[in-house]
Formats: sequence, structure tokens, C-alpha cells
Amino acid sequence: MPPALPIALALAITLAVGGRLLLWEQVSVKKSGSVFALLLGESRRAFADQVFLKADAYFHQGYYPSVFDLALPDGKTHMVKETEGGHHNHSHAQAERGYRDWLEAFGSHFYPAEHRHLERFGDAREILPWLRLAAELDPHRVDTYIVAAYWLRERLNKVNDAEAFLREGLRANPGSYEILFELGRLYAENNRDIPRARAVLELAVERWLRQEAGKPNPDALAYAHILAQLAALEESVGNFDRAVTHFTRLQRVSPSPEAIQRRIDELRAKLNRPN
Amino acid sequence: MNTVWALAKVVVLEMVRRKDFYVLFILSVLLTATAGSVNLFNDRSIVRYLKEICLLLIWVSGLVIAITCTARQIPAEREHRTIFPLLAKPVTRAQFLLGKFLGCWLATGLALALFYLFFGLVSASREHSWPLVNYLQAGWLHWMMLGIVIAFTLLGSIVFAAPSSNGTICFVCSAGMLLLGRHLNKVALSLAEPLQSLLYGLYFALPHLELFDVRDLIIHNWQLIPWGIIVLATLYAAAYAALFLFAAWLVFRRRPLN
Repeated sequence: MPPALPIALALAITLAVGGRLLLWEQVSVKKSGSVFALLLGESRRAFADQVFLKADAYFHQGYYPSVFDLALPDGKTHMVKETEGGHHNHSHAQAERGYRDWLEAFGSHFYPAEHRHLERFGDAREILPWLRLAAELDPHRVDTYIVAAYWLRERLNKVNDAEAFLREGLRANPGSYEILFELGRLYAENNRDIPRARAVLELAVERWLRQEAGKPNPDALAYAHILAQLAALEESVGNFDRAVTHFTRLQRVSPSPEAIQRRIDELRAKLNRPN
Repeated sequence: MNTVWALAKVVVLEMVRRKDFYVLFILSVLLTATAGSVNLFNDRSIVRYLKEICLLLIWVSGLVIAITCTARQIPAEREHRTIFPLLAKPVTRAQFLLGKFLGCWLATGLALALFYLFFGLVSASREHSWPLVNYLQAGWLHWMMLGIVIAFTLLGSIVFAAPSSNGTICFVCSAGMLLLGRHLNKVALSLAEPLQSLLYGLYFALPHLELFDVRDLIIHNWQLIPWGIIVLATLYAAAYAALFLFAAWLVFRRRPLN
């Protein structure tokens, strides 16, 4: 057999297979919308979870429990709790328990073994690459967009980037009331764009009612947050009657209806006061 | 000592002539540059993910250089039959082993120095600071850890027939120890006796390579490790490297060369 024949054959096979692969790749990427989806399939969600935890580890400056001493009792990362308004009452098992043996105690000098957070202004930017990657890996993970947007607008003063990322999240998760709520907060608190904030928050309420109201255990906390934000928004622009309406709805799901009632009474008093 | 030094110099020169290091270095530079070129929320000062990627590449490259360089030393001498004239000269087998170890360790040290210089440049380009002493500690501990790996690989190259099998086994053992070493005691405590005591015994007996991995401290800008601890870690590494070299000598001194 002439030596050129197998070479030509190999070349032909390579070209044919390569061409098919390219076509397949184009079609698949168009269908799935992501190279990660094409390469990793459904396993990308597991990777996204790990990458999200990596962001939380960065928030703790590398100090983080391993899978062997795992400690997320309520299933929420500390970074998420921070966005929900508190990062105070959690413990880190290692620090409380002490070390099991001298080797572990000696080894603790070589890795972050003290509970710390990214405190300095601007340091929070370090968690963003992992959140970006988590969103690329699993665009349907709503937490990623909310957490990233919170840090972008609250700690880095990058409101436009936060809005763009939330909009990207909304495109991937059109029905998400959580993202709509975060977007509404951004318009209300950062942009002071009241009509837009109102529209987005009312849409969030509508989405929540459509998705959660019929469930046996609805996400009442999210609903309460949206209503509280809406009520505060209306109160701030003097629409007390609208604020009362939202507070009344909030009272039904709030764990402290008495406090809400006091707010309602205050607003009613303002409404009845002659100008 | 002159004999050991002369042997070591040959190993270093051989390493400088080979392409392995250059390929790994260029690959690390390219991958780090690619990761650094990604636009993340229009913020050019995000650096820690880049430091993490760069250090990971340095650690992988360091292991590859140390293991592949060491694994082929004795088999190559045998294959080219250069070991016979070498040991016919007044060179003892212990000197031969020590020379090979020192050469591989120094060559790896040179490679690490260049890698860490690159890491420092990458880090400084975004952080605008030079925590040189921290990098020095990290590089030193990394080099000490590779000393243990090199001694272990040298022992493997006498025990196992082919450099490829030796290399694979050394990679698996080193990676396993780096990933799981810190947690062996926790796993042991979850087991029933006698497995618990057995695993806990192994936990104390095995060399803890992960002790020398201070990447997280560097990435997140933690303070310096106390120098006393560095000295203890150095002694720990020296003890294990000496133990593996002694075992290699015990096996090698009576082993026929052909």
C-alpha cells in the first residue's frame, strides 16, 4: 500500500469528523445557550454549587469548613445571609471545638484558621468572579444574581453593573419574583426611580402570587419582603393609602402583625390629618 | 561532597537543556494571561481569582517537573549504561543517590523561583504591592514539600520497573495526600475500631504534604507564618526526605544494576 493512502484516509476522516463536530457544536450551543452546558451537561449545576461555595469561602478570606466538617445547618451560605441582612449568629465548628491532635494544631498555621470577612470597602469585588462563573455554569440559579447584585450595588457602588447582571438573570429566569424584588430595590434605593421600582415590585407580587400562593408551604418571607419594600416606597412618596393597602397584605403573612398594625394606624392618622 | 555536587550539577544542566520546564512555564503564563483578560463587571482590580489560578498552575507544574525529572534519572542511567562507568569511579551508591536528589531538588528550586517571580509580577500588576517575605515563605515551603516528593520518587524509581508507572504512582500519592491528608483524622474518627486506630496511625505516619500548601494565605493576604513554625516545617520535610532517601539507599545498595 502506498504510504500516502493511509495519510489521505486519516486526513479525510479527520476533516469529516471535524466538520460534523463543528456543526453539532453550533447547533448545540444555540440550543443550550452556553458552552458549559454543551461541555458539562447537567453536571454543570453541581459545579455551579461548588463555585458558589467558593465565593462564600472568598467572603471568609479562605476560611471555610471542608466537606469533612461541613457546617451549613440551614442550607444557606454566610454570603447569602449577609444579603438578607445579617451575618452575626453563626458559628464555625473548628474554632469552638479546638484541634483534635497536635498535627492538626500544627497544620492550622498553614491555612486560614480564623473567622474573618471581607470587611474593607472594595474587597467584596473578589467574590464576583466566582459568582459570574456560577451564573455561567447554571443560569437558572437565582441566588447567584441576587447575591452578586447586592454586593455590586451595596458594597461596590456599581449600580449599573448590578442592574445589567439582574437583567441577565431575569432573561434566564423570566418568572423569578426574587430577581424582580432585587431589581425593584435597586430602582428604589439606588436609582430613586419610583415609578419603575413600583412597576417592577408589583410585577414581583404578581409573579409570587402566581407561583407560590397555591403551594402548601409558600415562600412567605420573600412575599413579606416585597410588600414591605412596596409599602415603604409608597409611604416615601406620600401615597399613604397605597402604603396602607400593602401593609394590610403584609400583616397577613408577617410574624409580627401587631407591629404592622401600629404602622397602619400611624399611616391612617396621617391620612385623616387635614393638610 | 564534591562528588555529590558534581552529580547534582549534571542533573541541573540536563534539566536546563530539556524542554519540559519551558513548556510548562509558557503554558502557565498563557493560561494566567487568558484568565486575567476576562472582563468581570468592568473591574480591573479583581485579583484573588487570578492569584488562585496562577498558584494552582505553579503547584501542578512544580509536581510535574519534580516527579518527571526525578523518575527518569536512574532508569535513564541504566538504559544508556552510563551508570556502570559512573559507579566504577570512586562514587558510592549513597553519593550517587544524594547527587541525583540534590540535582533534582535544585533544578526544581530554580524552576520554582522563576514561577514565583512570575506570580509576584501578576499579583503586583493588580494589587500594586510586593509582600516579598510572604512569597518567600510560600516558595520555601513549596520547595521543601517537593523535596519529600523527589525523595519519594527516587525511592520509587528503584522499586518500580518503568519511569511511567513510578511517575503515575507518585502523582496519585502526592495528589491524594495534598487533597485528603488534612482530613484523614476526621475520616478515621468516623470509623469503627480497629479501622479507626489503623487510619489514625496512618495519619500520623504519612508525610503531610498539605502542610506546605499555603496558597490560601497568599491569595487572601494573610499575615506571615511565625518563623519558628517555618523552621519546624522545614525539619519535618527534611526528616521525611531523609527517611525516603535512606529507604532508597537500603534498596539500591544491594540491587544489581543490569
